[in-house]
Amino acid sequence: MTGVLRVVTAGSVDDGKSTLIGRLLFDSKALFDDQLAAIERAGTDSGEVVPDLALVTDGLRAERAQGITIDVAYRYFSSPERTFILADCPGHIQYTRNMVTGASTADLALLLVDARNGVSEQTRRHALIASLLGIKHVVLCVNKMDAVGWSRERFAEICEEFRRFTAKLDVPDLSFVPMSALTGDNVVHRTTSMPWYEGTSLLRRLEDVHTTSDRNLIDARLPVQYVIRGQDGVRRYAGTIAGGVFKPGDEVVVLPAGTSTVVTEVCGPGGAELAEAAAPQAVTVRLADELPVGRGDLLCRPNNRPQVAQDVDALVCWLSDRGELAPDRRYLLLHTTRATAATVRAVDYHMDVTTLHRDKSVNTLSLNQIGRVSLRTRQPLLFDPYRSNRATGSFVLVDEATNDTVAAGMLIGPSLSASPVVWHPPGVTSGDRPSQGVTVWFTGLSASGKSTIAAALERLLARADRPAYLLDGDNLRHGLNADLGFAQRDREENVRRVGEVAKLFADFGAVAVASLISPYRADRDRVRAAHEAAGLPFVEVFVDTPIELCAARDPKGLYQRAMAGEITGFTGIDDPYEPPSRPELVLRPDHGDPDAMAEAVLRVVDEVTARQR
Amino acid sequence: MTAAARLDAARYDLSDLATLEAESVHVIREVAATFDRPVLLFSGGKDSAVMLRLAVKAFAPAALPFPVLHVDTGHNFTEVIRYRDATVRELGLRLLVSRVQDDIDAGRVREPTGPGTSRNRLQTTALLRAITEGAFDAVFGGARRDEEKARAKERVFSFRDEFGQWDPSAQRPELWNLFNGRHRPGEHIRVFPLSNWTELDVWRYIAAERIPLPTLYFAHRRMVFERDGMLLADTQHLSVAPGHDRFEAQVRFRTVGDATCTGCVHSTATTVDEVIAELAASRVSERGATRADDRISEAGMEDRKKEGYF
Repeated sequence: MTGVLRVVTAGSVDDGKSTLIGRLLFDSKALFDDQLAAIERAGTDSGEVVPDLALVTDGLRAERAQGITIDVAYRYFSSPERTFILADCPGHIQYTRNMVTGASTADLALLLVDARNGVSEQTRRHALIASLLGIKHVVLCVNKMDAVGWSRERFAEICEEFRRFTAKLDVPDLSFVPMSALTGDNVVHRTTSMPWYEGTSLLRRLEDVHTTSDRNLIDARLPVQYVIRGQDGVRRYAGTIAGGVFKPGDEVVVLPAGTSTVVTEVCGPGGAELAEAAAPQAVTVRLADELPVGRGDLLCRPNNRPQVAQDVDALVCWLSDRGELAPDRRYLLLHTTRATAATVRAVDYHMDVTTLHRDKSVNTLSLNQIGRVSLRTRQPLLFDPYRSNRATGSFVLVDEATNDTVAAGMLIGPSLSASPVVWHPPGVTSGDRPSQGVTVWFTGLSASGKSTIAAALERLLARADRPAYLLDGDNLRHGLNADLGFAQRDREENVRRVGEVAKLFADFGAVAVASLISPYRADRDRVRAAHEAAGLPFVEVFVDTPIELCAARDPKGLYQRAMAGEITGFTGIDDPYEPPSRPELVLRPDHGDPDAMAEAVLRVVDEVTARQR
Repeated sequence: MTAAARLDAARYDLSDLATLEAESVHVIREVAATFDRPVLLFSGGKDSAVMLRLAVKAFAPAALPFPVLHVDTGHNFTEVIRYRDATVRELGLRLLVSRVQDDIDAGRVREPTGPGTSRNRLQTTALLRAITEGAFDAVFGGARRDEEKARAKERVFSFRDEFGQWDPSAQRPELWNLFNGRHRPGEHIRVFPLSNWTELDVWRYIAAERIPLPTLYFAHRRMVFERDGMLLADTQHLSVAPGHDRFEAQVRFRTVGDATCTGCVHSTATTVDEVIAELAASRVSERGATRADDRISEAGMEDRKKEGYF
């Protein structure tokens, strides 16, 4: 791969992280002789005699004096293949603040474990933060393999343990490299000590990872940063594309005004005309109409707009050691190219970054704490959920008195509490109920086997005395959803209703087992968001049966009729099925019979509910 | 992801230089949009030449919306001053010059004496005076994080208090591409658009953009002498200390600062491409090779930065 790869590393010296970075820089020849000499000098000052690669990363005098790393340090190295920017986050103090900072721009996270100790609490914490910050690629470096006799079994054990933990997180691309930073095995050069290892060295892995598709190339978003008035009298709107692609001829809408116009020219830096430009290019655009467009406005496509809201929910990490986040305090909120006043309406919960436990009793956040809050802004925010766009989904809060940056935020969506309908606080919350509820959502093509597996799961749960209820899409269409057809809007409403009913069952403490085709990803994601907002676990199970097999089964003769053109809008034939991007579980025909599959689902349900309690 | 989707996404792959350029342009535009009185430090060195090119490109086809500032130690290489003036004239820029000599004449600073001393540290006073006099609230500098350890931890938007000082232990967290430039009157922000560039990136960009540079950057023959393991040019500002021999050598400069403390290296590289090839094989960093100012102590840069240095 060409281009820049931004990497965040986290961990403490004890894991050998600094040695690993020193080794990466040294073996890739990014360290110069005078820098090595300076390390030795610095080492001698602090009483150590051995030149220590770890000292490469400790930059400030206060850090060397205390023997700890305080701040994120940026390192640069390149291979013939690629350029790397490495944000090195110290693990000792303020780890969350530093890791959140370093992770905010990273494409990939390097996590380190000591092969002797295995996955530690710190490793789990770092994996969680990486996943919260939307990093798609995680490489677990199992270091100090030399200290465990280069044991293949030990490596496999650690991988398994880590994989089990990350199954609960949002980590789409996970890989493992056994190594020894001390000896250099598998860092830059492939190991010779572990003949059983068939993978590549760490550097090679970093060279190969593909990141272009991590950028949002679908939802066109251009926050206007600056207006350029050239000597030619033409107004050009400058900005960095935050999502999607822009090209001349595109019909666009200017938000928040809502006026439509057409892009007539897209230029790169220096005024070079481009046929098209994508995130994260810095461009200028010309528009066909003279409109009052200025900094803080946003250009998008007419049929693909961001959310617009003044009441929003967000995950917030508090970064300041002076004071804490408090409800009703006023802050300045910086989001894309907008700056607006914001107040914190409420702190919904504080999340323990080690156990994932949610504490709903708090109403403040202090240094290094992450929690979910509701905010009210003076001007509406034009945003996307952070999960789908980092650039339009992120913000920082600035203290108006000190001008310090005090919090980092990731937008989830408009506040549900913002609706004019008053929400009555319940006397009993899910935590007070005898069992933990959860929704299991089966999605897949018609005849994929969803309902059979769902029914088997319901039986298993009943046998274990767990309250469970099956919500079958077909059956519900006879009652609750009898007024709905199969047009896109009806399907959306169908999914929304079943999602709401499932949420009620889950809140009651039951396992709601929903089984419906639910072909559109956005609809399912909305159901998931509603569950997350209510603090209820949501398990999406993708029954991934190939369409040929479904059509061959065809118990209701529907495929035959659809292929004959007798019914239209049939999922998989003339209407799309959008598979989940990150389901909790994927079931394929070779995973066994429906009972075995139901047992696999039950294991995930148990894990998720155990985590919630 | 399917192979077809991956192939499609590959259309939007950005090269490393294009990525760095986009990031720098974003930073420069952000400053122009949110500050009242920015100024760009331009010394005629290669980093400031690249920074200036990026700034010009950020606002094309309009003119650069802020002036450029040179802090003149009075000990510059003549070629560099000539290059500075030619660039300013060609681009139609507004150039401000703040002279260390003025501070010496007014008694605000005292000229250090003795062999091996330089006016390097005096630049801080001249710089801060220019910032106050011009009421500048944002000052672009060409510093890179790969240059030096203290710089590796500095923010892109780096806050300076009313005394122009930097507090490395109280820096504002900087996340995503959201930059906090809030400050009170009298305070200012140093802005480093080249933070994520390396020396090699700078040269590759110079090659790609055909940016002209002072001739000092390329191999030429000149009279030099050796001091503390460094080659220094024999100029009117710096005379050979007793006991040192002058000799002629083929050299080039990796940085062009004050002539009294900027060393040169043996080199045969006469073109940008040859410089790039030479750098790729080099085993010494640019500051280690040529900056006597950084050799003062392990934390030399950190101390000077706290006082308000570039």
